[in-house]
Amino acid sequence: MQKYSGFGLFKHSLTHHENWQRVWRNPTPKKKYDVIIIGGGGHGLATAYYLAKEHGITNVAVLEKGHLGGGNACRNTTIVRSNYLWDESAALYEHSMQLWEGLAQELNYNVMFSQRGVYHTCHTLQDMRSNERLVAANRLQGIDNEMVDAEQLQKEIPSLDCSKNARYPIMGASVQRRAGNARHDAVAWGYARAADALGVDLIQSCEVIDMEISDGKITGVKTKQYGVLKADRVGCVVAGNSGVLAKMAGFELPVESHPLQALVSEPIKPFLDTVVMSNHVHGYMSQSDKGDLVIGAGIDGWVGYGQRGSYGIIEHTIQAIVEMFPCTSRVRMNRQWGGIVDACPDASPIISETPIKNLFFNCGWGTGGFKGTPGSGNLFAHTLADGKPHPIAEPFSIQRFHTGALIDEHGAAGVAH
Amino acid sequence: MLHIYCPHCGEYREEEEFHCAGQAHIARPLEPEACSDQEWGEYLFFRKNPRGLHHELWVHAAGCRKFFNMTRDTQSYEIKEVYKIGEQPSVVAE
Ligand SMILES: Cc1cc2nc3c(=O)[nH]c(=O)nc-3n(C[C@H](O)[C@H](O)[C@H](O)COP(=O)(O)OP(=O)(O)OC[C@H]3O[C@@H](n4cnc5c(N)ncnc54)[C@H](O)[C@@H]3O)c2cc1C
Ligand SMILES: [Zn+2]
Repeated sequence: MQKYSGFGLFKHSLTHHENWQRVWRNPTPKKKYDVIIIGGGGHGLATAYYLAKEHGITNVAVLEKGHLGGGNACRNTTIVRSNYLWDESAALYEHSMQLWEGLAQELNYNVMFSQRGVYHTCHTLQDMRSNERLVAANRLQGIDNEMVDAEQLQKEIPSLDCSKNARYPIMGASVQRRAGNARHDAVAWGYARAADALGVDLIQSCEVIDMEISDGKITGVKTKQYGVLKADRVGCVVAGNSGVLAKMAGFELPVESHPLQALVSEPIKPFLDTVVMSNHVHGYMSQSDKGDLVIGAGIDGWVGYGQRGSYGIIEHTIQAIVEMFPCTSRVRMNRQWGGIVDACPDASPIISETPIKNLFFNCGWGTGGFKGTPGSGNLFAHTLADGKPHPIAEPFSIQRFHTGALIDEHGAAGVAH
Repeated sequence: MLHIYCPHCGEYREEEEFHCAGQAHIARPLEPEACSDQEWGEYLFFRKNPRGLHHELWVHAAGCRKFFNMTRDTQSYEIKEVYKIGEQPSVVAE
């Protein structure tokens, strides 16, 4: 792997940047792998990287039906935080957070992880109570999260309307100062490059259309482009398409796929150096380094695979943003798009064995899996290597929907991704 | 934005007036206490989630407030038909 550095940038500028190495190979698939990972999004690529790096399993292929990182990995609004409510989630998201903190160094790839803080505004007494509860829970878990009152909030974010004139006046907010955002594409590309360097085959334009299952055991997958590829173990990490893949394997998941939209504005001068989200008014916003406002809100309430959502949602989202930041009322939107998010009934993910032996699913991250990318990959690699889950991943088994041990994170997830 | 025909009102209205309540035709077990954890879990949480035709339960929340069923393509978003509770679809998802 060619090492990236400031010096390298200078050196290559002398030859007009025409001699950079290809970032990853473009191999033809082998007939048989130790592990096949279906889905080349952030989570799939991270899984491949940690399999090779931490478990020494390098005879691995990632099969991606489109191009690497072209799904939700490149459609999300990049919020990273770890202030969820329950101990199980705290362990999971904090594991991820700590990997984020060293990720750019580890991958030798600038993922632009920026710990600019994430605020959750409170507009009702109930909001205040539930956020105070969250803060208290996080403190006990050793995770930073604190309350600020409206006056302090106004000082920290001058453009946010904290006045009494707002339709839903802000009473206070919780803030995780270690939270923030990162460059989504870079995360997928960084993991892809590092996994490739360790010998993982990244196979693009390779769609899995069926599974080879006999005696309740998976032996490989059938692809549209390369026929059957054999594997000892298969990990499925296809986000919004999890239901489709589960159907191929002959079972159902406690997951429904919904369109989730985002918008970005024209670039404007820097005025917001943090991330603000409101569960109550229902919208969130940050400003990218390019200057565009990155905006999002809720899902469409029905199952949808179209990677586009309803106009009504866009209208509500914009109403919420203008309510919170009246100064943005005349900013024009540049682009809008949708991704398909795989939502679980308890708003927590599934990292799990399945009814089929040697087939494992990592899905259900819903509207908030970008932040989980490093942790998810790290833990799922453990599951694929050992055939049984890492202790942090254990509570996230599909079994919880039968035992009733749900991990209800609707409060902490909310609009907040 | 979906344009939805309410079979009770007999009119097309905007999606905003409606609310989707998820997969249709899920029968509540007649004897919940007799269900195994497996069966009860399936009933509560496990869903079809198809990419293609899907039967859904909708409610005309900001209209007549009555429930009805819809067959919709989850990829093209095309609504194939709406039919009342108790009726069976004529276009059937696999
Ligand atoms: C608008 C939007 C905003 C979001 N905002 C945030 C946020 O602020 N913070 C946050 O934490 N999360 C956020 N999320 C959620 C986050 O994006 C997802 O949870 C996460 O990206 C999912 O993991 P992934 O990157 O592996 O998914 P994906 O990138 O979707 O990867 C799945 C891959 O599987 C491939 N695939 C599917 N079927 C097959 C097949 N049959 N064969 C081969 N390959 C297949 C797909 O092509 C795709 O590339 C947001 C999502 C959306 C849509
Ligand atoms: Zn009606």
